Amino acid sequence: MDSVDFALVAACQAGLPLTPRPYHAMAEQLGLGAEEVMARMQAMMQAGVIRRIGVVPNHYALGYTANGMTVWDVADEHVDALGEAVGRLPFVSHCYCRPRHLPLWPYNLFAMVHAKSRGQAQAYADQIGDLLGVACRQSDILYSSRMLKKTGLRIAD
Amino acid sequence: MSRIAAPRAANPTQASPSRDAPQEPVLSETDRRLINAFQGGFPICERPFQVAAETLGLDEATLIARIDALLKAGVLTRFGPLFNAERMGGVNVLAAMSVPAAEFDNIVEFVNAQPEIAHNYRREHALNLWFVGAAETPEKVEAAFAFIESVSGLPVYRFPKEREFFVELILEA
Repeated sequence: MDSVDFALVAACQAGLPLTPRPYHAMAEQLGLGAEEVMARMQAMMQAGVIRRIGVVPNHYALGYTANGMTVWDVADEHVDALGEAVGRLPFVSHCYCRPRHLPLWPYNLFAMVHAKSRGQAQAYADQIGDLLGVACRQSDILYSSRMLKKTGLRIAD
Repeated sequence: MSRIAAPRAANPTQASPSRDAPQEPVLSETDRRLINAFQGGFPICERPFQVAAETLGLDEATLIARIDALLKAGVLTRFGPLFNAERMGGVNVLAAMSVPAAEFDNIVEFVNAQPEIAHNYRREHALNLWFVGAAETPEKVEAAFAFIESVSGLPVYRFPKEREFFVELILEA
């Protein structure tokens, strides 16, 4: 990443221009050539700096109202292998190992599930529980009852 | 040189996400196909809307108009690249607080006012406020959490990721 890449990120982090030639519009805004803009965007995709390009739905608007953070207390010696397996489940969008805060918080594996009802979210959690088996000592689901702020990534100009 | 920095107001040319759950809107078949087809894979080329529109059997102007309308309706929160902040040297840390009901609104307002706080959700648990601190260095994130603790008088529990197994969110419309 050099300063031109950062300028490109800053120029499109709020969204691509909704014009027929969006990369040309960015190029014009930044005083670059369109070919260079497109080549750098491709390179950032290949490097994983850009995960993907497309539409980002508001999951509440699509009816995904049961957004559950499932959390699991998994034996430390098994959490890496089991985390990989949970991450492969099609309905799990994010899966992380994180520290416990005992006694308030005994859970070390976090897996987000998105469903259109709490019944469906619970069914997904049950599948995760089946996969974890006896390595999991306890679990919980935390539903988001309100989105209070969501700004996403922001880069200073 | 540009740096990863504090969140700021979204570009006003794109709609802001609704913070409260809206009614599920009635989406046309075209809108559903668009959302299902392009949560990734939008092309990098001179006329990407034209290329994308062809795969949906639409014309370029119609696709641009539909994306614009879905953004304005709040069905889409964004249209464009999704970045991996950590690949740019940035840091994201999840954190949680246990906030008494009587203080909840005031503390939310204060936490949201910190520019390093990117996402903030109310969740149903003793730890009822979950947010993400994002900045260009771990020290800046830590300073924001420490400031929230000192002003609120409440502990901020840090949940840095020790390992990431999977991150991909594709929703079916």
